[in-house]
Amino acid sequence: MSETEVWITGVGLLSCLGEGEEAHVRALGTTPPPLNVEREKFAPYVVHPVAPFNIDSQIPRRGDQRQMQPWQHIGTYAAGLALSDAGLAGKPEFLSRADLIVACGGNDRDIAVDSTILEGLHGANNPGAFLNSHLLSDLRPTLFLGQLPNLLAGNISIVHKVTGSTRTFMGEEGAGVGAVGVAAWRIAAGQGDLFLVGGASGAERKDLLFNIELGGFLWKGEPGPVWDRPAEGGGIVLGSLGAFLVLESRAHAEARGAKPYARILKVVADRSSREPGAARAAGDRLVAAIEPQLTGADVGVLSGATGVALPTNEERGLLDDLAAKGRIGPVRGAATVLGSGLEADFPALIGLSAIALRRREFYAPFAAGGFEQPATVPPERILATSWGHWRGEGFGLVERVS
Amino acid sequence: MATRDHQGRHVIAVTGIGCVTSLGRGVEDNWRELVAGRSGVRRIKRFPTDGMSTTIAGLIDFDIGADAVADRTLTERLAHVAAREAVENAGLGRVGDFPGPLFMAVPPVEYNWDERRAIYDHTPPGPGAVYDRLIAGARHNTSGVGYFPFGRIADTVADSFGTKGLPIAVQTACASGATAIQIAFETLRRGDAEAALVVGTEGFLHEEAVIRFSLLSALSTANEFPEKAAKPFSGNRDGFVMGEGAAALILEDYDAARARGAEIYAIIRGCGEKADDFHRTRSKPDASAIIGAIRRAVDDAGLSPEAIQYVNAHGTGTEENDKMEAFALTSVFGEHMKSIPVSSNKSIVGHTLTAAGALEAVFSILTIRNSVLPPTINYEVPDPDIQLDVVPNVARPARAEIVLSNSFGFGGQNVSLIFAAEPA
Repeated sequence: MSETEVWITGVGLLSCLGEGEEAHVRALGTTPPPLNVEREKFAPYVVHPVAPFNIDSQIPRRGDQRQMQPWQHIGTYAAGLALSDAGLAGKPEFLSRADLIVACGGNDRDIAVDSTILEGLHGANNPGAFLNSHLLSDLRPTLFLGQLPNLLAGNISIVHKVTGSTRTFMGEEGAGVGAVGVAAWRIAAGQGDLFLVGGASGAERKDLLFNIELGGFLWKGEPGPVWDRPAEGGGIVLGSLGAFLVLESRAHAEARGAKPYARILKVVADRSSREPGAARAAGDRLVAAIEPQLTGADVGVLSGATGVALPTNEERGLLDDLAAKGRIGPVRGAATVLGSGLEADFPALIGLSAIALRRREFYAPFAAGGFEQPATVPPERILATSWGHWRGEGFGLVERVS
Repeated sequence: MATRDHQGRHVIAVTGIGCVTSLGRGVEDNWRELVAGRSGVRRIKRFPTDGMSTTIAGLIDFDIGADAVADRTLTERLAHVAAREAVENAGLGRVGDFPGPLFMAVPPVEYNWDERRAIYDHTPPGPGAVYDRLIAGARHNTSGVGYFPFGRIADTVADSFGTKGLPIAVQTACASGATAIQIAFETLRRGDAEAALVVGTEGFLHEEAVIRFSLLSALSTANEFPEKAAKPFSGNRDGFVMGEGAAALILEDYDAARARGAEIYAIIRGCGEKADDFHRTRSKPDASAIIGAIRRAVDDAGLSPEAIQYVNAHGTGTEENDKMEAFALTSVFGEHMKSIPVSSNKSIVGHTLTAAGALEAVFSILTIRNSVLPPTINYEVPDPDIQLDVVPNVARPARAEIVLSNSFGFGGQNVSLIFAAEPA
């Protein structure tokens, strides 16, 4: 039985570069691309803040806006962009049976409340009673809902009326790979024909910086190309990012007259211990499954490399070897420009792949220094890679629809 | 010849189960206590409850065993305990080399106050704000508190059990356990794997979690007699009681299971899902999303509604849930609902949140196997608006070969699963 083709028919992107296709193509077509970072608020760390966006245009009700945390605004907004782009916004006949898969984190803290408690606990006579009394009087019920991971999906259902099913995947970068993967695998197997899938992450959060820094993963210097960071110890620069895709079976898209950006040929994923060589070995196994379709200079690579030393170096080694074998063309490290959006990274890379394939033009190098070379031919396929900052390796191969 | 369902899909069996709750460790102890109707709800002793309106929960405060990876959080240790039991009783692969992928329902675990405070107190004050000191403490972490990304729980289980591929970790609030089963079920149905390990776990009961649910007025405050506080479907119900636990299931292609002579615990006949767009914590007044999930499950199983013989309810004990669930069941099953018993395991183990869907799947399967319906305890005051046979207070011997298990959650999550006895 031949598998059903998986078409990308809508892309919604919101990042530090702005929103939508034009803003991203414009910024990513210049060398070097603009460096939009916030240096002061979170020093000694820099983050890529989300570009200003007109929230009312996708989340019109103030009541809805108030129920969300900023990363949920970003995600709900990007989901709306994808639905509009696919021509599905406001069409209940499609939205009420569309399946939604969201990759995200959550657990936002109220920084002021936490700060008061941490300071007060220090000298409290009865720390337990002190803690409880502050939690009882200071926690806001709306924050509890805002910090629940699956409430991004819940808000997308409420605001955009996507109600076929909703599932939320957790686990940093790998959650984004799993979300796109499960949607694509289900469409290919005839287990669904219309999906909204994506992720969102908000970088402008001290609580998130705290969480990631407990693993020692944050980059502390000047932001620069991801490929250059491992030599100086490596590290992540977080970026606020929302990325959603509308995926459809080819038959479903054709029946409603929707035009594809591109098709998803394969999503493959694995995990490794991250002992030296383990991620590379996992990457080699995964590449074996897609190698016949890696045909040379017309395969661009959009890498999700985070800048963390071990996985970034091992991914680069694999890409170097593939290039030496004539399997792939130019490579771009997206986090150099967008920052790392964790769960949103992989959906964003698939979206940027789709855009480049439809325009038949790959992006200009994001970094000088040799590893990122100009494209010599228009892309036929783009390989999106995701090697998580901590765990998980995945690839997505996207192809032009002629 | 390959066994296929009414739509030509692979048939999926459950060939291993495991669980741990406030009732005890292991399937045998849990089933015995559940059928006896002995509540696992106790007064909270883990942390001070000063000022809290709810001071009871179905906590796991007993020793769950030395093999439960001592240096990990309770949520992880519970997952390991349940998964080990399921893998061992399935007799498939071995612990450390399980021949299939992992699907997990994981809570969004975060650092608790003891950990936050340890990091803060280990760090000298600096010129910046309080939170900057905390981040500086993370940067130069000497507190002993480890890194805990959202992917960690599934990763440690994948490491310990040697599952294959990238784990899928889901969080659909109180439907999470059912969602994890559903995604594994779909994966096996399309033939992408022959076996899968599914785990739902919840061991994150701390002061802030209790207070958050209290702020939403979701919890019972009937603290005086803890074991009597959870009263699903009764007229005097006043909220749910939080619980901890984990459950694991081995899902396996039916033909592959038969070929290796595995014991078949149950067949998964169908699943259904429908999202609600009405409100973040409440169902549509017409219950159409819940009704949609149940109908889809029945359709997916290729059954008529009359085929359902017992319902393992979501049955939280909140005013809203039980009313809407009863209304939805009556809407779908009509007159037939009078002859379908419904019970809520949450009356006995509390609401294990992320784990609940997986735990109630295990209990549904045990109900089928043992031909005993576990009771809904603490049912003393009927609710005139809920005309259900809730198997009040005492377990009932009865054949239940086709069972519907409901799981609903905040954020409009509604999932229904159907389990059945053989034949496939």
